[in-house]
Amino acid sequence: MSQWEVVIGLETHAQLKTQSKIFSGAATAFGAAPNAQACAVDIALPGVLPVLNREAAVCAIKFGLAVGGSIAPRSVFARKNYFYPDLPKGYQISQFETPVVAGGALVIRVGDAEKTVHLTRAHLEEDAGKSLHEDFDGRTGIDLNRAGTPLLEIVTEPDMRSSEEAVAYAKALHALVQWIGICDGNMQEGSFRCDANVSVRRPGAPLGTRREIKNLNSFRFLQQAIDYEIKWQIETIEDGGKIQQATVLFDPDTGETRAMRSKEDAHDYRYFPDPDLLPLEIKADWIAEVKRGMPELPAAMKARFERDFGLSPYDAAALTATLATARYFESCVAAAGAANAKSCANWVMGEVAARLNKDGLDIAAAPVSAAQLAGVVTRIADNTISHKIGRDVFDALWAGAGADADAVIAAKGLRQITDSGAIEAMVDAVLAANPKSVEEFRAGKDKAFNALVGQVMKAAKGKANPQQVNDLLKKKLAG
Amino acid sequence: MIHSSLKELSAALAARKLSAVELASLYLDRIDALNPTLNAFITVDRDKTLAMARDADARRAKGESGPLLGVPLAHKDIFCAEGWTTTCGSKMLANFVAPYDACVVERFKAAGAVTLGKCNMDEFAMGSSNETSFFGAVKNPWDTARVPGGSSGGSAAAIAARLAPAATGTDTGGSIRQPAALCGFTGLKPTYGVVSRYGMIAFASSLDQGGPMAKSAEDCALLLNAMAGFDARDSTSLERAVEDYTRALDKPLAGLRIGLPKEFFGAGMDADVRSAVEAALAEYRKLGAATVEVSLPNSGLSVPAYYVIAPAEASSNLSRFDGVRYGHRAAAYGDLNDLYCKSRAEGFGAEVKRRILVGTYVLSHGYYDAYYLQAQKIRRLIAADFAAAYETCDVIMGPTSPSTAFRLGEKAADPVQMYLSDIYTIAVNLAGLPGMSIPCGFDRGGLPVGLQLIGGWFDEARMLGIAHQYQLATDWHQRRPALAA
Repeated sequence: MSQWEVVIGLETHAQLKTQSKIFSGAATAFGAAPNAQACAVDIALPGVLPVLNREAAVCAIKFGLAVGGSIAPRSVFARKNYFYPDLPKGYQISQFETPVVAGGALVIRVGDAEKTVHLTRAHLEEDAGKSLHEDFDGRTGIDLNRAGTPLLEIVTEPDMRSSEEAVAYAKALHALVQWIGICDGNMQEGSFRCDANVSVRRPGAPLGTRREIKNLNSFRFLQQAIDYEIKWQIETIEDGGKIQQATVLFDPDTGETRAMRSKEDAHDYRYFPDPDLLPLEIKADWIAEVKRGMPELPAAMKARFERDFGLSPYDAAALTATLATARYFESCVAAAGAANAKSCANWVMGEVAARLNKDGLDIAAAPVSAAQLAGVVTRIADNTISHKIGRDVFDALWAGAGADADAVIAAKGLRQITDSGAIEAMVDAVLAANPKSVEEFRAGKDKAFNALVGQVMKAAKGKANPQQVNDLLKKKLAG
Repeated sequence: MIHSSLKELSAALAARKLSAVELASLYLDRIDALNPTLNAFITVDRDKTLAMARDADARRAKGESGPLLGVPLAHKDIFCAEGWTTTCGSKMLANFVAPYDACVVERFKAAGAVTLGKCNMDEFAMGSSNETSFFGAVKNPWDTARVPGGSSGGSAAAIAARLAPAATGTDTGGSIRQPAALCGFTGLKPTYGVVSRYGMIAFASSLDQGGPMAKSAEDCALLLNAMAGFDARDSTSLERAVEDYTRALDKPLAGLRIGLPKEFFGAGMDADVRSAVEAALAEYRKLGAATVEVSLPNSGLSVPAYYVIAPAEASSNLSRFDGVRYGHRAAAYGDLNDLYCKSRAEGFGAEVKRRILVGTYVLSHGYYDAYYLQAQKIRRLIAADFAAAYETCDVIMGPTSPSTAFRLGEKAADPVQMYLSDIYTIAVNLAGLPGMSIPCGFDRGGLPVGLQLIGGWFDEARMLGIAHQYQLATDWHQRRPALAA
């Protein structure tokens, strides 16, 4: 495989999080009874007309700002004409020659390497309905609830060179569209789906013929489909065959791609500007207004975390994976103080992430609030409790036992023993009761020391200050 | 009563000289008597009409008043009207009962107007003679062997024969003005965007415009007051202050500069049409107006540009008629493609198919630039021609149609001849301007001739005044066919 270079470009359809459809007032919520959310415009009754939902344009502006693309002062809606039962008008309203966003880029990480994926464009369009082929005695049912749902189609340059890069890009984009609040990112419901254009070539050669894999709605399928496609294309060429431009579908059951239609029977969509819609005009003050309402972008926040809190690039990236995680972390640091930022980071990425994962919860629904976690972090930092006891306090808070760390510590008597007299008494008792361990330690067995620490902590029910226990034991054993 | 103006009908209703029910019945009886001859209406529903009339009478009894309360009128069958079969002149929609009201229908309802029925029209408004209707040709009340013009031919025949005191029409390339000329009454196509297209079945979206058809300019002004105005459901509807279109009716014509495009007075116009138009211009000069020659150098390109743009938009607009959700579906079909092919082949008539094919062709990959883009450029040139002309004149005048009403079947076999009957009206749609046709005389066979008025953008009120002053001085608009004597 090494003598082949893989070239991948992605087209992603992100369903925009608007209350109503892009050209009608019908609701966009998922899961309603078939055709319950299809109004006269969606059904394409004679005489109805589309009216642009300005919220969809706001989403496009946010995206353009987030990727550093240029937002067209005037973009045009065009009709893409083809017949299909779930396309009620016989054309899809999309943007063709002048998309709302041109250019822009996304930085992705694969392993330790950073890479920039350039975007060609992003344009607004409406989704089609759904054809349901089951349950109708061989006939086809049409559900137009999804017809007219706003989509932003985001197209990259052919910048990716492996399925790993493609997945990293898709994940970064997935995170970004949720971060800026324009897409719920729900891949099972089809809110975020990718088409992958894949070709292979000898390094330095012109681009090979591409095949487009349609409608990949999970990162795993994206990776599997591309990997299979690469292998198939290389084998085909090495067997003396030629790649024909085609649209292909990925079958998750077999893990294979198969051709749906070739270039020869590709549609002539007869695009032309939609005379029912005026061009979308976006003036600078509208962009400025949208910008004011946008959150700090993940790249900027990541850089700030590194700079202000001394976090590693890895930690900063993990904490800015989602806006909710970043906000949780920031609230925690705000309450615990910047000096404890690293500790907050470890808790958020460690204990909090693990518990959320175990309970299948989103960070927004975490039972331990950022302020409560800050309480735990603060009490560890000021030596009120040890890190280990800190976990017990965290668990108690997670289970809802207590309003904050201090309440749990007080209620359970978890305050750390720092009275050196009390600790010395426990150390003396342990040394007296464990002559064998003492012997072994003196004979050079370091492990015996840990056993003695363990005995002291056991006697202290875990509450003795570990540093003091260590220091005292060392002093006594040396004496 | 049947020759009364809307103002007179309105006054009679207000004075309780007759009820809306009585007035509607009068017209329904005339429709019953004459529609079998004229075929002006596709749908008449006495119960629905009388229910609306009763409602209008009830509103008046409760103290409501208004210039159109209880006034009957007919709608071109291109406007969706809730509960009414709305066919657009096509087999495709022969069984389609509209579940909602077009904006225009809704506004007339709100004003208390009573719907007399749905008027015949060329199929999907494609035609200039009303011969392409699935429901049969409409006859011209002045001579039932002749066409009424199209596509609003049913509305035109209904007004001329006094089956309705007024009607709605739509005009994509002349479909209000040309039938108004051929049937001898007054019709106005407003500036594009003044009347909402919501609920008006689309032919060519960038050209279609609804407008009033009535016996006089004054009546048209009253109707336009009800029809016009911003509608958020139509993105091309213009957000402008509400106007009173009757406000300039009494304005004298002294100092008015009438532009006469030299391109409209060349060869191709019947001699009788020319002499009637010239007589009308002489009358205008008598009323204090001056005429100046202007030029619209690109107007010769308007017919070819129109027959690229209109079919292109139509080919896409008519894609929704696929036999899947409503409208005609073939009784038997194989696969999905067969369902489409059979349903559309059976549902559409020859002229509609011709335009879908032309439109599909001009939008195809490799032809788009040569046809569609080129036509759009011509369109801009034509608009620029008009803008330049209005630097030296206030209104443009000329013939509405090169000939008077032609015989049924005369041009049906030759689409290009048919298309050329809109040679003077089409440029107005391409430029989005308001245009009117008013009666200005007769040919030697006794058929009416129309004078076309073309105003600047949003000049409707002024144009209606210019027409009204002429109608105060002449009585061409009061002449009527023997059938409505």
